[in-house]
Amino acid sequence: MKKSILSFVAVLLVIALLCCTAVFGLTVGPIQIPNVLDEENGIRRGLDLVGGSSITFEAQLPDGYNTSNLQSDMNSVQAMMTKRLDSLGYTEATVELVGDTRIKVDIPAISDPQEAVEVLGATAQLQFLNADGEVILGGSDIKSASAGYGKVSQTSVAEEHYVNVEFTDEAAEKWTEATKLAAQAEDGKNYIKIVMDEETLSSPSVSSEYAETGITGGGCIISGNFDADSARTLAEQINIGQLPFTLEEVSMSAVGPSLGEKALSTSLTAGAIGILLVMIFMIVMYRVPGFIASIALLFYTALDAVILTVAHVNLSLPGIAGIILSIGMAVDANVIIFERIKDELHNGKTVRAAIDSGFSRAWTAIIDSNITTIIAAVVLYFFGSGTVVGFAITFGIGVVLSMFTAVTVTRFLLRRIVEFNIRNPKLYGA
Amino acid sequence: MEKKRFSIVKKFPIFAIISLILIAPGLIGLVTLPFGLNLFNMDVDFVGGTSMTFNLHTEVTSEMSGEEIPQLVENACGVAPSTVQKTGENNESVLIKCTELDNGQQTAVVNAMQEKYSLTDEDTESVEHVNATIGREAQNKAVTAAVIAVLLMLLYITIRFEFTSGLAAVTCLAHDLLVILSAYIVLRIPFNTTFIAVALTILGYSINASIIVFDRIRENRRFARRESFEDTVEVSVWQTVRRTLFTSITTLLTIGMIFIFGVTSLRQFTLPIIIGIVAGGYSSIFLAGSLWAKYRGMLRKNRRAKASAKLASRDAGKPKTASETEESKADAPVPEAQPAPATPAPASAAAPAQRRNNSKKNKRKKKKH
Repeated sequence: MKKSILSFVAVLLVIALLCCTAVFGLTVGPIQIPNVLDEENGIRRGLDLVGGSSITFEAQLPDGYNTSNLQSDMNSVQAMMTKRLDSLGYTEATVELVGDTRIKVDIPAISDPQEAVEVLGATAQLQFLNADGEVILGGSDIKSASAGYGKVSQTSVAEEHYVNVEFTDEAAEKWTEATKLAAQAEDGKNYIKIVMDEETLSSPSVSSEYAETGITGGGCIISGNFDADSARTLAEQINIGQLPFTLEEVSMSAVGPSLGEKALSTSLTAGAIGILLVMIFMIVMYRVPGFIASIALLFYTALDAVILTVAHVNLSLPGIAGIILSIGMAVDANVIIFERIKDELHNGKTVRAAIDSGFSRAWTAIIDSNITTIIAAVVLYFFGSGTVVGFAITFGIGVVLSMFTAVTVTRFLLRRIVEFNIRNPKLYGA
Repeated sequence: MEKKRFSIVKKFPIFAIISLILIAPGLIGLVTLPFGLNLFNMDVDFVGGTSMTFNLHTEVTSEMSGEEIPQLVENACGVAPSTVQKTGENNESVLIKCTELDNGQQTAVVNAMQEKYSLTDEDTESVEHVNATIGREAQNKAVTAAVIAVLLMLLYITIRFEFTSGLAAVTCLAHDLLVILSAYIVLRIPFNTTFIAVALTILGYSINASIIVFDRIRENRRFARRESFEDTVEVSVWQTVRRTLFTSITTLLTIGMIFIFGVTSLRQFTLPIIIGIVAGGYSSIFLAGSLWAKYRGMLRKNRRAKASAKLASRDAGKPKTASETEESKADAPVPEAQPAPATPAPASAAAPAQRRNNSKKNKRKKKKH
């Protein structure tokens, strides 16, 4: 008796601790569990909850494109998009590759998605022309571009921002040849024009000292009125411009921040009221077991919250629906068990025996029904896309956890209750 | 103890007719879809296009949604919107749907709306833009996922129960999904990718509900082998009816709260789920068990016909094949199996053994009480 009171209280304490962990977070030595609403370390909120845009671009591959380069080209697109977003100040943004030719950009808290599409989707075709307007080098001749700061040549005094362009080996030779020709040309024609998307960036003249050798070294420096930002932007645009394909926006979804905020708060309210109603329902229908089931439900909710937090789940609206749905279904196992217990009590068993056989006879039904639900969640996870996957995660975790809590926690607590000599069958819904 | 109840199994035709009425719109909508007749309120993410929602902070009148805004949009981007409708809290928001607009056209519409109704960037509540190819891909993916899930479940149920019960569960599932499709059509719920999540939720839920009934049938069969299968179904369905109702109620309590309190997009998501849960409850009580009995009856009739045809052409004294033995193990003592005309000897040989088994089980059962 004493022992069962102790263990009963111990379990209640564990549940209380878990609830506190979910609400306030917990730090024990090196282990840190953030609280549920901690956005930084805990559950990440989807764009539909914080507001923001999700944009998908697709590479428009030209005829004759060598598809073996696709992987690496897409990777450079990803790297460049990330850089570009950073320089635009969207440090929270994420860029991920979807399938072979698509790239998805999620930008939280952006109020003008059209502008973002324009900036991100724009590629810069860099060309080097001679004085007669003939193309010497084009986008595919450029290996990479980077921004730099310092003296652009040995003769210059001031340090300034510049863009350093590196050519491919093949292009380097063409470059040497072209600069040689330019250096030999008469005044007024001894320059090379650097054009970006039809716009002339600069027309540096090639000094006559290069008339014999041309400019070697496989690269060039573009200088002129740059500051740190514009130099970096240009370098990135050149990098994207060297890609042999353009990017087209194929889907975009933007949610305003106020709508997102409202979605989260109303869902939390709905969830809290829903849990409360389920508890009331269970207690009215099943008395003592219903009360125990409510404790188990509380335990399940807290455990689910902590696990989702620790797993750093990306939560969006369908995800919330998954959680709330799994809460509703969490008591399903309890309903099955308690109905069995009622049957057994009607058959004249003692409370204790009824509880034991209720649990064991309900077991196959619980297992079979939950496994089919889990099959649905797993298929969703592997074959779904976007927010559907989020739904599958929260729903799947919920079903597995609830099966565990509804059976083990309820069983343990109910047994202890019986040991307290609370054995009137009426209290068990008979 | 048994109260006088109507018979669910015997009244099956009535429930089947009710179901047929409920699934008719969904079925018609689905069948006519390949012929170019679209009864659904297709959202942009399935068919491609652009949709935008603006919060105007004043109630959207029918004049605004009927003339003013369509005109404004057409002037701004050169494309007449396919839909303009009020939405959101107090109908203060307006939803505009067009065929695909490029980025420039979108900007033009946003600017025009902002100027006309003095809005800021904050008031653009949402923008969706989906390319038609992506929309089709999403559709295909959804269908693939659903088919795989159903096959896996059918496999699982066949292993745990038997094939006819799996078939009955899948029929109930198809019923529930068609009821949801009917709801999408009749209630004009936007048909978009969230349908995938709705369908798969109900997929899990519906099969789950059928299985609870089947589990009870499986259990009762063990102790009541002399009853006809139909009678066992009848008893089992009534024994599980409270559970089915209660689980539906608790699930509806939580998901219903989101419907009541949630934002528009969540309500469009939860409404079909609510309908699916109600349909799932209905089908697992009134259809699942009866269907199992029906399918089982059909299959056995079929087998018996085949078996008697086989035996008639062969020597009657030959030993049975493995599969036949297995079947008679499972089904032998059911009375209707007795008068099988062409197989008097094997049937009577199998039955006594089974009865011995049964009496053992019954003894054990008595001990338990």
